[in-house]
Amino acid sequence: MAQTATRSKPSTRSTAKRRSSGVRGSNRGRFTGESPELLQDYFREMTLIRRFEERAAQGYTQAKIGGYCHLNLGEEATVVGLMRALRKTDLLFTNYREHGYAIAKGIEPGRVMAELYGRTTGTSKGWGGSMHMFDVESGLLGGYGIVGGQIPLATGAALAIDYRSGDQVVMCQMGDGTTNIGAFHEALNIAALWNLPVVFVVVNNQLGMGTTVDKSSAEPELFKRAAAYKMPGERVDGNDVLAVRDAATRLVEQARNGGGPALLECVSERLKGHSVVDPAKYRSEESVAKAKAADPVLAFRAQLIEAGVLDEDSAAEIERQAQAEADAAVAFADDSPHPDPSTLFDYTYATPVANDSRRLPADPVF
Amino acid sequence: MAVITYRQALHDTLREEMLRDEDVFLIGEEIGVFEGSYKITAGLLKEFGEKRVRDTPIAEEGFVGAAVGAAMLGLRPVVELMTINFSLIALDQIVNHAAKIYGMFGGQTSVPMVLRTPGGGGQQLGATHSQNIELYYAFVPGLKVVAPSTPADAKALLLASIRDDDPVLFLENLSLYNTKGEVPDVVEPAEIGKAKVTREGTDITVIGYSRMAMVAQQVAEELHAEEGINAEVVDLRSLRPLDRQTIVDSVRKTGCAVVAEDDWLTYGIGAEIAASISDGAFDYLDAPVRRVAAAEVPLPYAKPLERAALPSAESLTTAIHQTLDAVGRRR
Ligand SMILES: Cc1ncc(C[n+]2csc(CCOP(=O)(O)OP(=O)(O)O)c2C)c(N)n1
Repeated sequence: MAQTATRSKPSTRSTAKRRSSGVRGSNRGRFTGESPELLQDYFREMTLIRRFEERAAQGYTQAKIGGYCHLNLGEEATVVGLMRALRKTDLLFTNYREHGYAIAKGIEPGRVMAELYGRTTGTSKGWGGSMHMFDVESGLLGGYGIVGGQIPLATGAALAIDYRSGDQVVMCQMGDGTTNIGAFHEALNIAALWNLPVVFVVVNNQLGMGTTVDKSSAEPELFKRAAAYKMPGERVDGNDVLAVRDAATRLVEQARNGGGPALLECVSERLKGHSVVDPAKYRSEESVAKAKAADPVLAFRAQLIEAGVLDEDSAAEIERQAQAEADAAVAFADDSPHPDPSTLFDYTYATPVANDSRRLPADPVF
Repeated sequence: MAVITYRQALHDTLREEMLRDEDVFLIGEEIGVFEGSYKITAGLLKEFGEKRVRDTPIAEEGFVGAAVGAAMLGLRPVVELMTINFSLIALDQIVNHAAKIYGMFGGQTSVPMVLRTPGGGGQQLGATHSQNIELYYAFVPGLKVVAPSTPADAKALLLASIRDDDPVLFLENLSLYNTKGEVPDVVEPAEIGKAKVTREGTDITVIGYSRMAMVAQQVAEELHAEEGINAEVVDLRSLRPLDRQTIVDSVRKTGCAVVAEDDWLTYGIGAEIAASISDGAFDYLDAPVRRVAAAEVPLPYAKPLERAALPSAESLTTAIHQTLDAVGRRR
């Protein structure tokens, strides 16, 4: 279960699991009350994100994707668990590591890949790239590239919902390194003062680029920071999709019902480097081995099979389909048009300006 | 037609826009209970309540960012930043977020927000509280920066800024708040990006904005009365977008120009104006473009030093004389 700010001893689902592991069928109990279809669906989505990200990495090395490219590898359980706590109409703000969130929030994988490819069919018509995906319809109000920049924005979106007495909730995702930037503290304080419907989620993969969480945060148990803002703070095992979903659902519904903001910390591990180009040489072999052993997608697969929710064949079939979907996303991106340079000035101002002096360097002014 | 202060014009406009549109709300430090550091928002908390007049903690990045987020959902926040000096704390939210959200998401959402903030020196507030750093914002595509100099323009431009779908930095000036001017009973929103010829003339063009547009106007009147010089005055009103056409048209007519600005000279707004004149009116120029700007020092506290650092009616008059002498047009 979740660890709350008032409890200090960690007791996560995974420790419970470890205690009883090794016996076939021992996981049956932990899925009690869960619909097998839903569990399979979680597995399907986690696998899709995994395959998608593998294809993204490939596209990057083939130079079809430029810029930075931060992947969700190792965070799939957190991504899917969080998104399953939201309604379609709820809003999401994330950092730059958002491909998985975009897919799990309901955006077609093809459009996500097309954005990575910088095509007009992409989530931001090719203007954003990996770090800046956006889709009003699915409620993704943006991936943001400045560490912590999204936190005041998410707070403001929650303010707008509150202003209009809406029933949406805003979720604001960030990494562990982000909790030390001023915007984090300013925004959490404001959200709490005004009792806004926003859930802040720290994805604690224990690394901000190469800096470990204990080297960047004086209190590395990040959920405890919630206490400073008088809001609930909880920590869950980010490799456990159900634990994440349950904790997030509770906090989201609490926010929806006027209970105000909360801070949820999901502890997981990055499987690869900070971005595709980072070989992560700063990581010890043990750390990488540990992350691999905890791989949330493979672990969930094994648990589902152990519990009889999936068999090898159906798991393999889901994986085949996910691969096909990721491949189709690539094909869609590849076939999509590049933006025309004549559209360069289309998105600087929403209200056209009386006297437009933006111009290409070669254009005469008068 | 009533004669009111710049302060009153701002206050009245905020109130009228709040009455007109439920989505307009005010947010900032000390704007409610304290009624604003410069009292622009006096009485508004009482009239509209805490939902629409929101006092914030001292957290510029936090509340400016929150305004951006609210604007993304279609509200029309009018932020008061106590002074432009403190906007630096919120620079990330203004430059990296407010200005970029429309573009980087391919035009899917805009940020209809106004950042009202006074700038300027002359109050003996020292180096960190007396800056004219509007240029930092005028440099950024995606932002609009307006700087009214008269009560009537304050009203017309604030109306336009609130109704605009883009983030607008609305520059006020501490020394203008108590200045008075005629404001028509019905004011139409100004067109953002249009400069105004506030005095027609043939001898020289004087270009300014905010406080220096007022000074230019006053100097031009005096030069006319005392020396028969006929200066044309252009009030920029908008720093981004910049109305190069009006500037160039005027210089093509007069053949020489002086730019008056409260900011620092090097890389300043005047540099851009001078370059625009060179681009568009080089063949018409009879003399180099002169610039009157603040001394390039952190603004000092001591009164004589502060006075020496800021451009004044005297320094502008001198620059106009020098330019007219150079073209042999001094009578
Ligand atoms: C304000 C700012 N400083 C530095 C960076 C460079 N940077 C990009 S990601 C990152 C690490 C962030 O780590 P964390 O918040 O833990 O997120 P994660 O990458 O683990 O998702 C840094 C330092 C940035 N983008 N923005």
